[in-house]
Amino acid sequence: MSYNDWESVIGLEIHAQLLTDSKMFSPDSTHFGAADNEHTHPVSLGMPGALPVLNAKAVEFSAMTGLALNCKIRQRSVFARKNYFYPDLPKGYQISQYDEPLCEHGHVDYFLNGEIRRVGITRAHMEEDAGKSVHQGEATLINLNRAGVPLLEIVSEPDMRTPEEAAEYARTVRKILRYLNVCDGNLEEGSLRCDCNVSVRKKGEAKFGTKVELKNINSFRFVEKALEYEIKRQIDCIETGEKIKQETRLYDSTKNRTFTMRSKEDAHDYRYFPDPDLLPVVVEENWLAILKAKLPELPLARAGRFQADYQLPVYDAFVLTTEKALADYFEAVAKDSSNPKAASNWVMGEVLRELNEHKIEIEKCPIAAVDLARLIKMIDGKEISGKMAKDIFAEMWQSGSSPVHIVKAKGLSQVTDTSTIEKIVDDVMVASQQAVADYRRGKTKLFGFFVGQVMKVSKGQASPELVNQILTTKLKG
Amino acid sequence: MRDAIAKREIRAREVTEKFMGQIEKWNPRLNAYITLNEQALEQAKQIDQRLSRNEKVGALAGVPVAIKDLLCTKGLRTTAASKILHNFVPPFSATVVERLEAAGAINLGKTNLDEFAMGSSSETSHFGISKNPWNLEYVPGGSSGGSAAAVAGGLACAAVGTDTGGSIRQPSSFCGLVGVKPTYGRVSRYGIVAYASSLDQAGPMARTVEDAALVLETIAGRDERDSTTSRENVPQWSQKISTNLKGLKVGLPKEYYSDQVHPDTRERVDQAVEAVRAAGAETVEVSLSLTDLAVSIYYLVATSEASSNLARYDGVRFGYRSDFSKRPAEDIAEFYCRTRGEGFGSEVKRRIILGTYALSSGYYDAYYKKACQVRRLMREQFLEVFSRCQILMGPVCVSPAFKIGGRIADPLKMYLNDIFTTSANLVGIPGMSVPAGFSKAGLPIGVQLLAAHFQEQHLFNAGKAIEEAMDIKELPHVLQ
Amino acid sequence: MISEEEVSRVADLARLSLSTEEVQRLATQLSVVLQHFDQVAKVATDGIEPLVTPTDVLEFRRDDKVHPWANAEAATQNAPEKVGNLFKVPPVVG
Repeated sequence: MSYNDWESVIGLEIHAQLLTDSKMFSPDSTHFGAADNEHTHPVSLGMPGALPVLNAKAVEFSAMTGLALNCKIRQRSVFARKNYFYPDLPKGYQISQYDEPLCEHGHVDYFLNGEIRRVGITRAHMEEDAGKSVHQGEATLINLNRAGVPLLEIVSEPDMRTPEEAAEYARTVRKILRYLNVCDGNLEEGSLRCDCNVSVRKKGEAKFGTKVELKNINSFRFVEKALEYEIKRQIDCIETGEKIKQETRLYDSTKNRTFTMRSKEDAHDYRYFPDPDLLPVVVEENWLAILKAKLPELPLARAGRFQADYQLPVYDAFVLTTEKALADYFEAVAKDSSNPKAASNWVMGEVLRELNEHKIEIEKCPIAAVDLARLIKMIDGKEISGKMAKDIFAEMWQSGSSPVHIVKAKGLSQVTDTSTIEKIVDDVMVASQQAVADYRRGKTKLFGFFVGQVMKVSKGQASPELVNQILTTKLKG
Repeated sequence: MRDAIAKREIRAREVTEKFMGQIEKWNPRLNAYITLNEQALEQAKQIDQRLSRNEKVGALAGVPVAIKDLLCTKGLRTTAASKILHNFVPPFSATVVERLEAAGAINLGKTNLDEFAMGSSSETSHFGISKNPWNLEYVPGGSSGGSAAAVAGGLACAAVGTDTGGSIRQPSSFCGLVGVKPTYGRVSRYGIVAYASSLDQAGPMARTVEDAALVLETIAGRDERDSTTSRENVPQWSQKISTNLKGLKVGLPKEYYSDQVHPDTRERVDQAVEAVRAAGAETVEVSLSLTDLAVSIYYLVATSEASSNLARYDGVRFGYRSDFSKRPAEDIAEFYCRTRGEGFGSEVKRRIILGTYALSSGYYDAYYKKACQVRRLMREQFLEVFSRCQILMGPVCVSPAFKIGGRIADPLKMYLNDIFTTSANLVGIPGMSVPAGFSKAGLPIGVQLLAAHFQEQHLFNAGKAIEEAMDIKELPHVLQ
Repeated sequence: MISEEEVSRVADLARLSLSTEEVQRLATQLSVVLQHFDQVAKVATDGIEPLVTPTDVLEFRRDDKVHPWANAEAATQNAPEKVGNLFKVPPVVG
């Protein structure tokens, strides 16, 4: 049996918690860290007589995201009630959008294996989050702090064909949300949730297979692994004559497999109808135009500009635009130093390495962009050598001081005075006459030894190029 | 009375005490109140104290009112006349309650109703049947039957009820009171236990047109906690009542004057029409051809919304929870089913089933959506009629109050009671019931006035003209 | 017409336990009521926009401001069962 005869069809549903201060329909706080049921209100508790009132910022964030996803924003969209019973759903219905969602018909471009690919966005709509239930022995305990937090549900077209594509698409959506500062995109903590819909079919077939929904995936790596497992499982099933059941399966990351959620066979009949307590959301052209103008430069566009303006290779451009703050940092260094290539090397090399090792984000980088730019300018101006710069960088990381300050304090300026270097070379050659003789007889490998000696005497401050030049000349004899 | 208290001719405390005495005497028979407010007397004393210090007091200071037990009152049990909320003490008050309090009104207690406002007789309450003060063998109407019984029975000066399909107007008619359902969006629904969100409106039930206007002025107005409230200015209706109806055109919908209507009712309504003509109004025959569909559309829309609004009663965060100690629930579904099955009465369950069905997959288009479309047609029809007249007049109900137990066994028959009142809720226009006399059996009969959106002043004007013409002096049995 | 099976199915959806007798009675009563509703089906409504809320307000949104309400005690004071300030229900399956 060959898995190659098969192709998989993947769509993703991403739920993003919006970074508003108050909830979607009530003025209680969305902020993390409250005591049990502290951030509540009659509306989010589903008390008798409570009524929802729409949060303007949630609409703004949702529309911004829709625009960033190239969607058409509906002038008039409607809230609908999705009716079902679950203890963490206080009203017995979730206020969502059904027939007339805020955003539709968009697309996201993402970068994978050297090329730009596109995924269609079917729709993005606003809804409220449910509370949290915790199972504790013989009971389930409900905390409604999260109930009512604004969510944007982003539904993709089933355009993805491999788990890798799905993961990269998801990463890209997260990137966009973080660039817009509408969601912090934390999969582990749940401010971003990713559900996958996957089916398989024989290559060349037009009809879709039965799709299965996968839930409980809390990292992008697991998106890939869960899909890989599920695709194999479905193919195996069909090949052994089984039918794929349309169902929801949960991903178990410790066992790396998916398993059926124990639920009743009959699919939910949500009995959607327009919520009579809420008015339609009316979005005006002017308001949208202002919003569009306020959008920051999005990751893909920025990566493109980095390639065009700074002649960066495509891979570098994508690494540097992974996070908006990182892109901002790089660009500040690039502009200030007038050497984008060097800036790119330093940021992708030394800076990212240190950030990873210390497990901190770029926002917490102890080296200010202006200081890194200064360092580069000092190298370019031959004030210091490349090797010296690495040491100075390490010192900058530790102390947060500027390179100028460090060089001054340690007297580290590069020596570029030819006569000084000549003198040192002369001294070294006098002190190592045997080596000189050996070199002249053909042991050219000893060149490195001489360089080392000169550097030692000069405390590493002699300009390497000049050292090479002068040594070469003098050793010739 | 409000003025007498304000002028300190009588003391609020004495007024409240008097009503409390009446309640003690008559409530066991009338069953108008479910829960009494223990703080009432104290609150009345405070009004007197403020007056004695020449402090400013509100527009209803010292006036004892009764509040339908569908409105949340902070710290005071609110049951919606249901077992499922039998022990619910709200941690917040409805906007209407807050406004009455701010105006200085004294809340005497929470009145009885049909469970979750679903009914036309107050017979479905978990807390027993309320009785009509005019004849204790008859229903006071519903769903605001307790409020009607309280005011008519002298157990409150005025009351707040709610009207979803006629629940203020019909009991007002049965009990000889003035009852007003305001324009949809006039009065905030925040804190009012929702039955049908697009139909519910709270409103006053009082003995005179002026009193009703006073109460409505106090509770009406924009509330940012209810997105559906209007920004329309609230006029001081009570100050502007004029019984000179010259220039007023009164429409008489021919569908409201069919042979379905009880002859006594028809006589009283005709008399009321005469009264407005005598006050200078001109009558014109009009037609509301969609009237026959009103009940069907109402019950489709109301039960659909209700089935969703009542989903929150599940024994998780408040209210009744089934006893699982001897027979634990196997899963959460059973937990819900038993709690709700035991906590809701049969009429409520009937409407939840109906509404769930109307919204369910495969039926949504044919039932709920269709009803909403016809609803728009109805609204357009009313707007067209209101281009030719300012108010409409007709009966509130096809007949006067019926005997307790008379209709309850036949749901459809009970539902068809609402034929003249439901249109106003569906379309959002204001309506009023004004006493127009009595049936031969001595039961009150009200006449209904309907006006275009936000034109309540016409209702008060015409209502007062009828009130003066009728000059009713009879008192209910309990007050004799 | 609504059958007893449908009444049971709908009761499940609505999480209402009904006795056999209740199911029978409801099927009969609701069939009568639904039959009365059939007249609605006859009205021509092609292209008519449904009327959901008869209000004159076009749109309303509130500012994103936090207004703390009360506290966890007030939120849970009516709870039939709780652990600390968490609502307690029997364990959920699935």
